[in-house]
Amino acid sequence: MTTANPTIRPYRRVARSLGTGTPVYVLLAVLLVALAATDPGFYEPDRFLAFVKRAAPLVILAAGQYLVIVCGEFDLSVGAIVTAGVVVAAELYDSYPDASWAVVTGGLLLAGALTGLLSGLITTKLRVPSFITTLGMMLILEGAVFFWTGGSPHGSLPEEFRRLGRGTAGGWLPWAVLACLVAGAAAVFLMRSDFSRTLIATGDSERTAALAGVRVHRVRVIAFVLSGVAAALAAVLVGGFSGVSAQAGRGYEFEAITAVVLGGVVLGGGRGSVVAAMAGAFSLQALFTLLNLQGVSGALESTVQGVIVIAAVGLGAADFSRLRRRRTHPSGGTPS
Amino acid sequence: MTGTAVAPPTVAKSAPPRRTRLADPAVGVWLAAAAVTAAGWIVVAARGGDFLTLANVVGILQNCVALGLVAVGQTAVILTGSLDLSVAYLISLGTLVAATTMEDGSVVTAVLAVLALSAAVGLANGLVVTGLKVNAFIATLGTAFILRGWIEDNYTGPAGKVPASFQHLGYDRMGPVPVSLFLLAAVAAALWFVTRRTRFGHHLYATGGDEHAARLSGVRTRRTVVAAHVLCSLCVGAAALFLAARLGAGAPWAGTEARYDLESIAAVVLGGTALAGGRGGVAGTLGGVLVLAVLDSVFNQLGVDPFFKNVVRGVVIIAAVALYARRGTGRPA
Repeated sequence: MTTANPTIRPYRRVARSLGTGTPVYVLLAVLLVALAATDPGFYEPDRFLAFVKRAAPLVILAAGQYLVIVCGEFDLSVGAIVTAGVVVAAELYDSYPDASWAVVTGGLLLAGALTGLLSGLITTKLRVPSFITTLGMMLILEGAVFFWTGGSPHGSLPEEFRRLGRGTAGGWLPWAVLACLVAGAAAVFLMRSDFSRTLIATGDSERTAALAGVRVHRVRVIAFVLSGVAAALAAVLVGGFSGVSAQAGRGYEFEAITAVVLGGVVLGGGRGSVVAAMAGAFSLQALFTLLNLQGVSGALESTVQGVIVIAAVGLGAADFSRLRRRRTHPSGGTPS
Repeated sequence: MTGTAVAPPTVAKSAPPRRTRLADPAVGVWLAAAAVTAAGWIVVAARGGDFLTLANVVGILQNCVALGLVAVGQTAVILTGSLDLSVAYLISLGTLVAATTMEDGSVVTAVLAVLALSAAVGLANGLVVTGLKVNAFIATLGTAFILRGWIEDNYTGPAGKVPASFQHLGYDRMGPVPVSLFLLAAVAAALWFVTRRTRFGHHLYATGGDEHAARLSGVRTRRTVVAAHVLCSLCVGAAALFLAARLGAGAPWAGTEARYDLESIAAVVLGGTALAGGRGGVAGTLGGVLVLAVLDSVFNQLGVDPFFKNVVRGVVIIAAVALYARRGTGRPA
C-alpha cells in the first residue's frame, strides 16, 4: 500500500512529497524486498493478506497514537485499553451469551472513546502531563479489569464477534484488512481536513495556535478520543485474532509509539504524516516477520528491534536536523 | 568535570518567594506521606489492627529501598528533561551479573562488574540521546529492548548464587534499622549534594529548565545530560545489587515484574519533579516513594485486592500531579 516511489523524478521532489517520513518508506521497501528474498512465497495473495491482517491492530493503533503525538502528547494507555476491551467483551458474553456482536463492538468503541475523553480532559483541564495521565489510566484500567475478573478473565468470544478479527469477506479478503483500510482512509481523510491543521499547529506551538484562535483544549481532547476509539477497534481485532487473554494488549503502547516515531513523527508534536506513521507500523510488523523467517531466536528479536529503532530514528534525526538546517538548538527531552 | 570557566554560578533557579514554601511540592509530598500514614493508622486501628508497630514501619522503609534507589537516579535524568525507560531491564541484568559473578568470583569483582555495566549502559543512553539526537523516550526504550534480548538470550531463569556474606546487605539490621536503608540514605544524600550544592547540579537544573538558554550561558548541556544518565544508571546498579542480596540469586524478572521503569517515573513525578525538567529534586522523590510504600502497606494490612491497589495508585498519581499543576504559578508542568 505504501512503497517508495520510483526515483524517476529528481530525488528532492520525491523526498519533499514524502515529507519527514522518507526514511520509513526506504526502511519499509528494504524490509519488503528482504522478505521477498527470504521467502519467495511471501507475495502470494493469501500470505500477503495474512501479513497485513497481523499488522492491522498495530497500524490502527499507530494511526490513533499519531493523532495524539502530533499534537504534542503521549497515549500510554492504549495497551491497557486493548487488554480491557478483550476482557470486558469476554465477560459481557459470559453474562449475556445472546448479545449481538454489533452492540458489543459498538459498546467497546464507545467505552474507548470515553476513556480517551477522560484522559484528554484530565490532561487539558487539570494540566497533568499526558505521560502521567495515561500512565495512571493504564494502571487504573489494568487494575480495574483484573479486580473485576479476579485475576483471570473467563468466558470466551463467540465466533460471530471474532469474525472481524479472523474471518474473511467474500472468502478471500480478511475483515481485519478491510478495517485497517477503512481506518487508514479515515485517518488520511481527517488529516486533509481543517482539523488537521489545528492539530499540527497545536503540537508545533500551543501558544501560537491558541493566539491564532485554535481551541487547543478541544483539539487535544478530540485527539485523545480518537486514539481511544482506535485502541478499542484494535481490541476487537486482537480479541478476534487471538482470543481472550489477560496479556492481550501488553506492550502495544510502546510498539505503537515506536511505530509512529519510526514514521518520522517528532515526539513533542508539530511534524509528521499519518501515512508515514502507519508505514512505520507496517515496517515494525515486517521486521518481526523477517526476524521470524530468518530464524533469529525469539530472544534476540527484541535486541535487533531495539538496535533498528535507535538506528532508524537516529538516521532520521541526522538527515533532517543536521544536513538541512545548521541550527544548534536540539529538540531532545520530553514534551510537556 | 564540567570545567566551564564561562558558566555563571547562578544560572540555575530563582529562589521561590517565602510564602509559597508550603506549596512547594517537596514539602507537600512529605505532608502527604504523613497524612497517608495517619489515615492508614486510623483506618487500620478502626479494624482492630496496629499499624505503627516497629516491625511494620521497618517493613515499609525496607520496601522503599529498591524503588527509592531507582527513583533517586531517575530524578537526576528527569531534571535534565530526559528520562530513562531502560532501568527495569538494567536491574534484571544487574542482579544476574552480580549473582553469576559472585558464584565463582569475589564479591568485590561482582560489585565492580555491575557498576561498570550500569555506567556503560548509562553512557550509551546519554550518547544516543545527545549524539544521535534520538528522543530520550525512544532511545532508552530501544536500550530496554536490547537489554531484554540480551537477558532472554543468555538466561532462562534464576541464575547464580549470592554468598551469605553479601546477603547481609539485604537482611541485616543495625538495631531496628535495616542496613539497606543506609545504602539508600547514602545514595540519596550524595545525589542531593550533587544536585543542590555543586556546579554540575546547577547545570542539571539549567539544562532541564531551558536547554537552549543554558547552552547560550555556557553550560555544556550534552555533557550534563550524559553525566545525568550515567549517574542514574549507577543508582540502578546499586538497586540491582540490593535486589540480588535480597533474592539470593539473579532473576530475569527482578526489575520488570515490579515495573521499576514506570513506577520510578511515577514516584519522581509524585515527588513534585516536573516531567519537562528543571524543577524538583531528590527530597521530593523520596517523599513520593514513601507515599507509595505506605499506601502499599495500608492495603496489605486491610487485605485489599492487589489489583485494586493499582487502581488507587493510578488515581493517586493523577490527582497529585493535578494538584501540583494547580498550585504551580509558572508554566504548566
